[in-house]
Amino acid sequence: MSAGTGSDNLPWWATAVLLPVINVVLALIVSALVILAIGENPLGAMWTMVQGALGTSEGLGYTLYYATSLIFTALAVAVAFHGGLFNIGGEGQAYLGGLGVGLVCLAVGNMPWYLVLPLSVLGGAAFGALWGAIPGYLQAYRGSHIVITTIMFNFIASSLMVYLMVNVLIRPGQMSPESAPFDKATFLPLVQDMAAAIGIQMNPSPLNFSLFLALAACVLVWAFIWHTRWGFALRTVGANENAARYAGIDPKKVIILAMALSGALAGLLGVNEIHGVQHRLLLNFPAGMGFTGIAVALMGRNHPAGIVPAAILFGMLYQGGTELIFDYPSISRELVVVIQGVVILFAGALEHMFRPALIRLFTPKPAGVSR
Amino acid sequence: MIDSYFWLLSLLDSTLRLATPLLLAALAGFYSERAGVVDIGLEGKMLMAAFAAAATAAATGSAGLGLLAAIGASLALALLHGFACITHRGNQVVSGVALNIVAMGLTAVLGNAWFEMGGRTPNLPASARFGELTLPLAETLHGIPVLGSLYYELISGHNILVYLALVLVPVTAWIAYRTRFGLRLRAVGENPAAVDTAGISVPALRYQAVLIAGLLCGIAGAYLSTAQGAGFQTNMTAGKGYLALAALILGKWKPVPTLLACLLFAAADALQTRLQGVVMPGLGEVPVQLIEALPYLLTVLLLAGFVGKAIPPKASGRPYVKER
Repeated sequence: MSAGTGSDNLPWWATAVLLPVINVVLALIVSALVILAIGENPLGAMWTMVQGALGTSEGLGYTLYYATSLIFTALAVAVAFHGGLFNIGGEGQAYLGGLGVGLVCLAVGNMPWYLVLPLSVLGGAAFGALWGAIPGYLQAYRGSHIVITTIMFNFIASSLMVYLMVNVLIRPGQMSPESAPFDKATFLPLVQDMAAAIGIQMNPSPLNFSLFLALAACVLVWAFIWHTRWGFALRTVGANENAARYAGIDPKKVIILAMALSGALAGLLGVNEIHGVQHRLLLNFPAGMGFTGIAVALMGRNHPAGIVPAAILFGMLYQGGTELIFDYPSISRELVVVIQGVVILFAGALEHMFRPALIRLFTPKPAGVSR
Repeated sequence: MIDSYFWLLSLLDSTLRLATPLLLAALAGFYSERAGVVDIGLEGKMLMAAFAAAATAAATGSAGLGLLAAIGASLALALLHGFACITHRGNQVVSGVALNIVAMGLTAVLGNAWFEMGGRTPNLPASARFGELTLPLAETLHGIPVLGSLYYELISGHNILVYLALVLVPVTAWIAYRTRFGLRLRAVGENPAAVDTAGISVPALRYQAVLIAGLLCGIAGAYLSTAQGAGFQTNMTAGKGYLALAALILGKWKPVPTLLACLLFAAADALQTRLQGVVMPGLGEVPVQLIEALPYLLTVLLLAGFVGKAIPPKASGRPYVKER
């Protein structure tokens, strides 16, 4: 699986900017056709989406809140990608990560949030890492295919969580499977309150401190992949396992490490969702963000610098999609899911269709050849 | 005694009903994967087909037209998969994931826009569904103890698609192991270069395999919404495509073992609804979630070689690049 820059003579910006832009434009054209088929005005609908996502401080807050979750799950996909692994298990790893975060938050009582945060990050990362490392181990040492195992682990995670929420963690005397709420002291600060402290007025939104955690994770992942020995080993295994073995790298260890790290990153979604917003454990909080992370990572070319704008774009789609249904009742917010699928198709599965065309466009024609 | 006999019959009866879509999808996966094209997109094709069948049946009142629409919709996705994976040598897993997500979104968006029922399609009347067939003599033999009720309750009284799915197992085995096409199909999944050397087109074979998979997923989808159910519901496949994939792996990419795996998974499913809240002596209440997760756990253990060993077709997942 090619992950990142190719060896052809395309200028860097064609790969990093032009290709993703072409992918998005095509995806938007496809969704415009869907809107047309429904009998609505695509331009009007898209304008409503952009306005809903960026037009108000509330909309912007929601956009960035969705983007925060997506940065975590996309980084998870990207780390695995660089190791030559396709991790479809982000959803399950995020689910388990949220469990880790929730258990920490329930256990700490009324500790202040800044002391809880490192613990909840550890809890989420550890549970997510475990749920990623097991498929990694099974691929490295038992030869099972990572894709199938991670799909199965998504379902197992879902069953496990239902069991735990219904039988173990449910708040006594309550019908819906939700845990007791966390103590108010542990709540992560909301960005609107932080902004108010420095005199900026923002409307309420769930955007919280996790955003900064996500940005820090981007920097750390970038440093890890391109500026550490382990990151080098990871990329070497991803590019050519045999070459890695000859160079003295143990691909088995690298695969487990990559999957653990990938799972840990996906698990941090729980910090945003559970520690930052829900303040209790509940069912189905990853809400497909683990899968959307695949689209975000593919669009961001598996590089943190690409993942951040791609995550914001998908955050806009999510938030804009919720706004859309008020003005266009016949369009449902699943339109975002269509766009997401088309982006994965164009940026992922059909990447070999666009690249050669671009290469032809950029390769100067040899002089003197004429037909 | 009589009671538990009828309990068992009804359990087996639901097992058969629940196994049918799994079986059709797993056989679809069989053709695709034995030809070397990984098909994560069974789920999406089934979902799209289920929607097309229900929408068409609701509009025309004909289950047959619904089935045709389902097959058409599923074939369209299969062609897209082939275009990405065979023609453009894209990543097969990524393409499958993309198709699943597109199908999930598109069915919800179109369903909501066309029928304005929150993504559902209208309830289909019996005339627009595949009805239950009473096999010959079922009524007459009903009175015979044990065997009569076995025939009446379990073997008779299913819709045509159930029988079709069961017949397709030996048919598939025959095609795969007794025909020229089957030999080539299996060869192209193990060693496409050899097939190419023999002067047979690898892309053409793989396209045929992918299209057969599309056809079977189409039938599976139509079964869900116009035979087992009476209309489409958002995300009504609910992971059945992945479960079928698991059954195919558990069946080691062979038709008859795959049938057994489908029956096992379906039995677990049928049992789970019946065991809800039942207290087993000595065990306490059986956690239904454990039974629910059992197929997935089994697949993981099998793939890891802890319970037997499943070896996928050698060339599966790898695009074929002709040597120049």
